[in-house]
Amino acid sequence: MVEAKKSKKESKSSKEHKAPVTAAPAPAAPQVQQKPRVGVFICHCGTNIAGSIDIPALQEYAKTLPNVAHVDNYQYQCSTPGQNKIIDAIKEHKLTGTVVAACSPRLHEPTFRMATKEGGLNPFRFEMANIREQNSWVHMHDREGATAKAKDAVRIAVAKASLLEDLFPRSVPVEKAAMVVGAGIAGMQAALDLANAGIKTYLIEKNPSIGGRMSQLDKTFPTLDCSQCILTPKMVDVGRAQNIELMTYAEVEAVEGYIGNFDVTIRKKARGVLTPQEAEAKGIVGGGCNGCGDCDPVCPVVQPNEFEVGMKPRKAIYISHPQVVPLIYTIDKDSCIKCELCVTACGDKKAIVLDQEDEFVKLKVGTAILATGYDIFPIEKKEEWGYKKFDNVVSSLEFERLICASGPTGGHLIRPSDGETPKKVAFVLCAGSRDNTGVGKPYCSRFCCMYSLKHAHQIIEKIPGCIPYIFYMDIRSFGKMYEEFYYRIQDEGAKFIRGRVSHILEDPETKNLKVFADDTLLDRPITLDMDMVVLAAAVQPAEQTDKTRKMFGVSCSMDGWLLEAHPKLNPCGTTTAGVFLAGVCQGPKDIPDAVASAEGAASAASIPIHKGEVELEPYFAQCMEEKCAGCGMCVNLCPYSALALVDKEGKKVMQVTEAKCKGCGTCGAFCPGGAIWMQHFATPQIVAQIDAFLLGGEQ
Amino acid sequence: MTEEWKPKILGIVCNWCSYAGADLAGSARTQYPPDVRIVRIMCTGRLDPLFILKAFIDGADGVLVSGCHFGDCHYLEGNYKAAKRMFLIKSLLKNVGMEDKRLRMTFVSASEGAKWAKVIEDVVKTVNDLGPSPLKELAS
Repeated sequence: MVEAKKSKKESKSSKEHKAPVTAAPAPAAPQVQQKPRVGVFICHCGTNIAGSIDIPALQEYAKTLPNVAHVDNYQYQCSTPGQNKIIDAIKEHKLTGTVVAACSPRLHEPTFRMATKEGGLNPFRFEMANIREQNSWVHMHDREGATAKAKDAVRIAVAKASLLEDLFPRSVPVEKAAMVVGAGIAGMQAALDLANAGIKTYLIEKNPSIGGRMSQLDKTFPTLDCSQCILTPKMVDVGRAQNIELMTYAEVEAVEGYIGNFDVTIRKKARGVLTPQEAEAKGIVGGGCNGCGDCDPVCPVVQPNEFEVGMKPRKAIYISHPQVVPLIYTIDKDSCIKCELCVTACGDKKAIVLDQEDEFVKLKVGTAILATGYDIFPIEKKEEWGYKKFDNVVSSLEFERLICASGPTGGHLIRPSDGETPKKVAFVLCAGSRDNTGVGKPYCSRFCCMYSLKHAHQIIEKIPGCIPYIFYMDIRSFGKMYEEFYYRIQDEGAKFIRGRVSHILEDPETKNLKVFADDTLLDRPITLDMDMVVLAAAVQPAEQTDKTRKMFGVSCSMDGWLLEAHPKLNPCGTTTAGVFLAGVCQGPKDIPDAVASAEGAASAASIPIHKGEVELEPYFAQCMEEKCAGCGMCVNLCPYSALALVDKEGKKVMQVTEAKCKGCGTCGAFCPGGAIWMQHFATPQIVAQIDAFLLGGEQ
Repeated sequence: MTEEWKPKILGIVCNWCSYAGADLAGSARTQYPPDVRIVRIMCTGRLDPLFILKAFIDGADGVLVSGCHFGDCHYLEGNYKAAKRMFLIKSLLKNVGMEDKRLRMTFVSASEGAKWAKVIEDVVKTVNDLGPSPLKELAS
């Protein structure tokens, strides 16, 4: 082990002239191998740790460990006095490394690294023993077992701390541009904030228009603002903002790089229609699509309009609704028959290019925000409610379009079966949400209660005599002025039945519906005849979320929602540095929450850009050249193409491009000659941990 | 000895998924047996077969390797590479007459605290049922 370390040092000094991105100064003195003197600091965390682990016993045990020069304990090691104990001890006892036995390194490693640094040591000479999250909290009633495990954890940490070395984070410049994926309300808000902060922002949207789900809504609760009226000004702002480069009908194809330097490939799907800018670039003066719509009437192909949830037709060349931004027609390639009637209709504008192909654009951005939004849960999976089987059972999104003045019926709510105005409408809440049957979703979709109350209000307002019946489990009106809105709807005459709808039957003649439920307040089954049923469908991550998140290396929860770095303290960040979350892609949010999260994400994403550089953890690989046989196996294993074989003094050796290395250690695990030194996770360090656990002194 | 015997199990887990999942089990106070000791690495791709063999030579009764789900690796594909190595190491263990069940790889994401607790329970039970490592008896 010692030998490996020594030779590694030599190789390091021989290659110090390269490593162009390592901005940190070289250590003033070479790292002299001296006998390790490790300080161990044990945290009580109030009773969080001390309640389950025998701290005095742990302290006495730590004193017996090899290389331990000092042991201390404190109520809260992370507090200022707690940190001062570490700082003072490093100086007083001439420590070469520190171990804090406390919570998870994922929580306080940065804190104690800072303290270690303040004590005069390199911050990477610190190791944490997790005796809270992975010990006292999970073995609360096994004091003996927990204490034994804590002793092992401290022993393992001391073994590693004895071998830790000085490391220097590399500093890399940050590209002064950001990217937002998804242009719903969250993505638009994030892009606007970034742009207004002076940052060049690429806004990527897979659909032909920005606006997202909010543009499909009629009113917004609880203020009853017209959704389009408050949304379209923002859409126009996005379209006009100098700093925003809008890329609609485009998808992220590939992502490489790291915080500050993401290389992103965007697939601009072939729209079949040129924008005025694109036309000008092709030398067509005054050409390109101006949204006149002359192509629309001549197109012979009729398709269901997805924006209207299929309840209104569109052509193969189309805009989904009048307020689209940008106002550019799009050709649906799957249904276009290439009859060229639109080309003729377009005339001198020459906007239509039927054989246009997908184009790939490369972007370089410093940070990225994911705002990929949600889809409606396919509620037909809950067969008992007969969605897609019974004409008059509709989803809440279909209801939004049916009640919307710009929708397929001009805002007149009608029964899909016969066009009659319904007099009794049932709203089924938690349709697929809070469902533990395995068919639906276990979580609360969070905004269905409120929009269903809004729907009830809308039919009371629009259809005199029409009664909404709301079947609910609990009404979750948690936001500002939400509870007041709930009372208002009660006063307006909506009927509330606490109980889940077990099933729905349809009269084949009249297409009327029989709704069976359990009224849990009256404790009796209830059957009601309804003209129409609206299912407040659960929401789920948008279709391409999984593909997108994997490109950015972002984790997801069991339900597929994107995972934040910390649910409380870092709700906008992810475990991939430089990638942030906004809106519903992270979990169900109503509009105010989505906008707030977008502003948070924009703020977080702008920090590295304004700072201009970021520090990356120096966990990269190093080649110990005298051991390297130049076989090149590692080169192919590296997922980041960070390794290459180079000729050096007549010998082939591996060379690491440190800027590309992310420190996974895959190469280090495979090298047949053991020639790769993974900084901070070096083989001798890990083996020392294993040995310490299994061979290390029994008391 | 058998009365006193407590299994020695080493857990090698990746920083991004399984370590975070284990932390989550902690904040949710999900209780599980205390017999596994954790060594954290950044990625299971770092898993040198040497680590596992060294652990068994040192007298481990079981080794648990836990990483991200396939497709979720923070470093794109480290867990695939670790999984491939597991086949190799398991066959080596069988060749020297050890039960390959003593070595286990699982996939626990950062959101699967409850699963982590189940994995630990299961691993501890498996090793308890198998008893002390045969290598340990050979050594003594």
